[in-house]
Amino acid sequence: MAKNLILGGLAVVVVGAVGFGLYAYKSPIDPISSDRVAEFAPEQVENGRILASAGYCATCHTAADGEPYAGNYAMETGFGTLYSTNLTPDVETGIGTYSKEAFRRAMHEGVDREGRHLFPAFPYDHFTKMTDEDVDAIYAYIMTEVEPVKTVQKENELPFPLDQRFLQAGWKMLFADLGRFEPDEEHSEAWNRGAYLAEGLTHCGACHTPRNIVGAEKSSEQYAGAEIDRWIAPALTAANQSSVPWTAPEFKSYLIEGVTTYHGIAAGPMGPVVHEGVRDLPESDIDSLAIYLADQVGATEDDPSQSEVVLASLRSNQPDPQYRRELGERLYATACASCHYNADLIKAGRPDLGINSATNLDTPNNLIHVILDGVNGPEGMAGVVMPGFRGALNDEQITAIAAYLRDKRANQPVWPNLSETVADIRQNGPTSH
Amino acid sequence: MIKFEINGRSVSVDADPDTPLLWAIRDEIGLTGTKFGCGIGMCGACTVHVGGRATRSCITPLSDVADTKITTIEGLDAEANHPVQEAWRNLRVPQCGYCQSGQIMQAAALLQDIPAPTDDDIDAVMTGNLCRCMTYPRIRQAVRDAATAMNGAQDNG
Repeated sequence: MAKNLILGGLAVVVVGAVGFGLYAYKSPIDPISSDRVAEFAPEQVENGRILASAGYCATCHTAADGEPYAGNYAMETGFGTLYSTNLTPDVETGIGTYSKEAFRRAMHEGVDREGRHLFPAFPYDHFTKMTDEDVDAIYAYIMTEVEPVKTVQKENELPFPLDQRFLQAGWKMLFADLGRFEPDEEHSEAWNRGAYLAEGLTHCGACHTPRNIVGAEKSSEQYAGAEIDRWIAPALTAANQSSVPWTAPEFKSYLIEGVTTYHGIAAGPMGPVVHEGVRDLPESDIDSLAIYLADQVGATEDDPSQSEVVLASLRSNQPDPQYRRELGERLYATACASCHYNADLIKAGRPDLGINSATNLDTPNNLIHVILDGVNGPEGMAGVVMPGFRGALNDEQITAIAAYLRDKRANQPVWPNLSETVADIRQNGPTSH
Repeated sequence: MIKFEINGRSVSVDADPDTPLLWAIRDEIGLTGTKFGCGIGMCGACTVHVGGRATRSCITPLSDVADTKITTIEGLDAEANHPVQEAWRNLRVPQCGYCQSGQIMQAAALLQDIPAPTDDDIDAVMTGNLCRCMTYPRIRQAVRDAATAMNGAQDNG
């Protein structure tokens, strides 16, 4: 009985393994020789250049100090470091032996020319949505315009068994939804164009959609926002946390200029996405992307400039309009407070001017004398002086300080003829007695 | 001859009584840590202590300080380790440094009278000490730190 169970179990394992092997097996596609590279129409090549740019091929296929498209760009994933491959048409180390069909299979199915499964750091799960025509254009561009470069491919740093490429077939079976983009008839042509670009070529979800434990985008949480390179790719849904809702014009400005009025700039990993990427697309495509993305976040047509959140932000940025607005208050803060300011208690030697006799008398004479000529010699505390401000402050300034102290600190009625008294005392000094 | 005490030693200065104290300190006595800024008592760079009070030495005539006790930045602490100086060093407060001896003298006087100042207290007292490098946020933090250090020292008896 037990023997039968074991045998039965083994049989299931064997059948399963064979089945998976058949599923996982991809045949090689014959290499092309250099004289078999087709001639491409200039329009196709140019279209391919734009598409390659808007798909950021070079961003991941160029090392920091490397030649364009020559690979060896290190990608730190949660599973280990992967190095991108050489995309130049070099026959030995690049894709020079790829036929158009081999290139299509790589883009649409994530399988290289020799039949090996590619790791999904290469977003074929997005490129699978692209039309043959667009994929062919990128092929035409790479094969004719990109300079062939011979490289030594760096070894991926993945632990066993993650480095086993045939296992990628299982990942693909479980998580990749292979197949071309299908338009949604509910939406406009422009929306569908935007969706085609965003979900395919520009692979927005690669950064903006959270991934599951084995690194696949969670289809149920498309565009819900995720961490990438220790930056945050914000949600491109109604859950977007911007205080001002995104609008189609904001998305357009962001994707062309890398800057918006109400949200900020394209920074971090988003920098090259804009500046070396999508901005190369024709304006109509950017418009389509903007329409699609605006729909994802549930944008309205409202003008943000007069929205309460914008106005509140502007208001909170403004300095207190009452802060030291008066000349007398400002001068007091600069010339007097260093010695005359008290916190909780009035300290001896720090006369508080609000309750000082000089500011509470019916005439300002004593205060003016002291401001002009200070406290010295036989006056005041022994060993302590107050310098006079005769040479530092003019009549208008001394008048302003005195008026401030009288009004705001002593809370006493205005001194009549204050400025005349200041001028008189400065001119004539104390009368001798 | 005007006699006074500076950093614990007695000096006699033979100069016009109207000479600003700052000139006497720098040119007659030779202590150049105290700086000339505006010359009208409006920037605080020349701040010294006269009788323990922060005083703008550029507008204080020599005649006023006869028989007083004066402290300059050189005499604030024999080892230059006054808590305010330590806080200044720890935070690398100075940028060009020109105003800093005045700032330190003002801050030391502030903490004598207001041992646990709020930020508003610090701003109110330190407003008259200008810094052309705008080190104000670090100055404020250093005053806070020095206050903490000084209060801790007191608490420990």
